Amino acid sequence: MDSEIEKPSAPRWTFAAFREGAVAALPILPGLAAFAMAYGIVASRKGLSLADALLMTGTVYAGLTQMVVLETWPSEITLSAGIGIVAITLLVNLRYVLIGTTLRPLLHTSPAYKVYPALYLLGEPNWLLSLRYHANGGRDPNFLVGTCAMMYVVWVSATIPGFWLAAAAGDPRRFGLDMVVPAFFVAMLVPMWKGPRRSLSWLVGGAAAVAVYTLFGGYWYVVAGALAGCIAGAFTDD
Amino acid sequence: MIESDPVGFISLLAAMSAAVYLTRAGGYWLIGRVTIGPRLRRMLNALPGAVIAATIAPILVQGGLRAVLAMGAAALTMYLWRKDFAAVAAGAAAAAGAFALGL
Repeated sequence: MDSEIEKPSAPRWTFAAFREGAVAALPILPGLAAFAMAYGIVASRKGLSLADALLMTGTVYAGLTQMVVLETWPSEITLSAGIGIVAITLLVNLRYVLIGTTLRPLLHTSPAYKVYPALYLLGEPNWLLSLRYHANGGRDPNFLVGTCAMMYVVWVSATIPGFWLAAAAGDPRRFGLDMVVPAFFVAMLVPMWKGPRRSLSWLVGGAAAVAVYTLFGGYWYVVAGALAGCIAGAFTDD
Repeated sequence: MIESDPVGFISLLAAMSAAVYLTRAGGYWLIGRVTIGPRLRRMLNALPGAVIAATIAPILVQGGLRAVLAMGAAALTMYLWRKDFAAVAAGAAAAAGAFALGL
């Protein structure tokens, strides 16, 4: 593996790199805050208390997962519903497996007791920024931690205004608040569009989800659709 | 509801957090040990899009014209300006307009 090529001296985790990472994350913050507000809106709409919403966002800390899970949130947390939610969580975040593999060059010279806690707050923007940092010659893993810390603070705190907004708005349909998350999902899909062939997995996933939802209702339709879609994706050439 | 079952809620959050962490640390841990082939890589690449499509497709089918208008406005805004905040605002505005028209 190419990750084993360089074996530099002792890894440094400096505050300077932490600060550099925090500053590098600044351009992402407006979009992140908007996303967090959208999460606050859905959480409020689904009947979570503000404390529950903050607890979820502070511990799970995976925006897309929180959105998908809340969109299919059960009225009562049964064991079956819980298993379904954890299955969705695993599926939505399986992409992190790929992301984690690409961080090996930046992190592999550091001791495990430092690396593994740092990975807890890993997200796509942190990953992209860290790859760029490493490509530009940066070697201090604290850069990654800095980007993560900055995003974490904004992500958790921006949930609060979103929650209050939804609570004050009354009927969510009046201001289109029930369409905030679907609109956000559509917005996320647009840049991912790589032509009709590459996006066959969306069509298959969507169709399977509609079929399962129509036949069985409940919340397993996301899992069924995601599995069908990624299997279709596996057999689609690049 | 949720408030009446704090233990269930907390256990669910713990299980979700563990699942997320498993994926965050799993790839880093795994790469030293196995190789991810092209098929598995394509599968993992297809996952986010498939998950999103699977989440919104039933909403689109169920929500009727109002949902179609909202998501169409979001898609168009995103396509034109590549600003997710503007796309969400356009989607919500279209949905609010459709609601006001009784759709």
